[in-house]
Amino acid sequence: MSAASTTFPKSVIAYFAGVQSAVLSVFFVVIMGTYVGLGALAHDVGLSSGWLAISTVLVWAAPSQLIMISGFGTGATLFEVALGVTLSATRLFPMVVALLPLLRVRGTRVRDMLLPTHFTSISMWVESLRLLPAIAREHRIAFCNGLSSAYMGTAVTFGFVGYYLAAGLPSLLAGVLLFLTPMSFFLSTVRNARMMIDKLSLVLGLILGPLLFYWGVQLDLMWTGIIGGSVAYAIHRVREATQ
Amino acid sequence: MKAAAIEWGPYLVLILIGFLPNEVWRVLGLLTARGLSEDSELVIWSRTVATALLAGVIAKLILFSSGELANIPLAVRIGAAACAFGAYLAIKRSVFAGVIAGEVALLLGGFLFGH
Repeated sequence: MSAASTTFPKSVIAYFAGVQSAVLSVFFVVIMGTYVGLGALAHDVGLSSGWLAISTVLVWAAPSQLIMISGFGTGATLFEVALGVTLSATRLFPMVVALLPLLRVRGTRVRDMLLPTHFTSISMWVESLRLLPAIAREHRIAFCNGLSSAYMGTAVTFGFVGYYLAAGLPSLLAGVLLFLTPMSFFLSTVRNARMMIDKLSLVLGLILGPLLFYWGVQLDLMWTGIIGGSVAYAIHRVREATQ
Repeated sequence: MKAAAIEWGPYLVLILIGFLPNEVWRVLGLLTARGLSEDSELVIWSRTVATALLAGVIAKLILFSSGELANIPLAVRIGAAACAFGAYLAIKRSVFAGVIAGEVALLLGGFLFGH
């Protein structure tokens, strides 16, 4: 479908091309800021910096980590936090389904997919969908792993930075750091939405998400995805059929 | 959750309510995607669902903020997001430029109208 152009002499070079793309992308800065914020929060609620680093590697989802770490600070019950994390993580399911077919070639083993599956997160997903079509198929997994491990390394490092800088972070600056996540996700999703079907999904999600939450609908984000995505998909099918 | 952390240890809590809930969804995605090509209808539909869900997350983070961001007035957050989008369109569709414009607007607005 797409004209794959960029090839690499070796997988390891494709891996480092991924690392380079990570360092040059907006998410490099965004992940720094986000994890400085999470590090400061972990410090404030009395968790260790080692706990934060391990949670970054194992959980690898800033929104889930935010819910967990805040849960340690407030009086939330274990059940409430578990429910919040599970619901927030539902987005990973359609993301993985949309991403893995881009990585596969004939003969790709399931175990080669395990690392990209675990690495799936919003920033990596957005960048992979944008960059992978231009990369030769046989090097996409290595590229993707390079991109993701650079993001994860940045997150772990700046989690420590935030943890040990925590005491001096003024309130307004902490707010500015928290704003990095929605801003960068917003603009990079806008940039990625080149086709009508993606633009429709984006606009419907922006409207439905807050509306369903405001109306107190249970599982608001899951329904935002299913309703917004399905309506965009249906409109796309109707347009294709009538053309 | 403090009690649970003391009783079970923060690392067990991390595995049970941090790692597992996230990994289960990822592995379900891996199992579902087996044998599907990137232009199959299920994969295209998954992309629209993921995009709409992500857009919902973004809008909620801006409109119903938590933590220190909640101390900055709603109008300032919406205005900053609009500035970011305007700068993105005006400056060659640069995400970098948009994010910087949004953050500067938030900082100024928060400084002038906050608290």
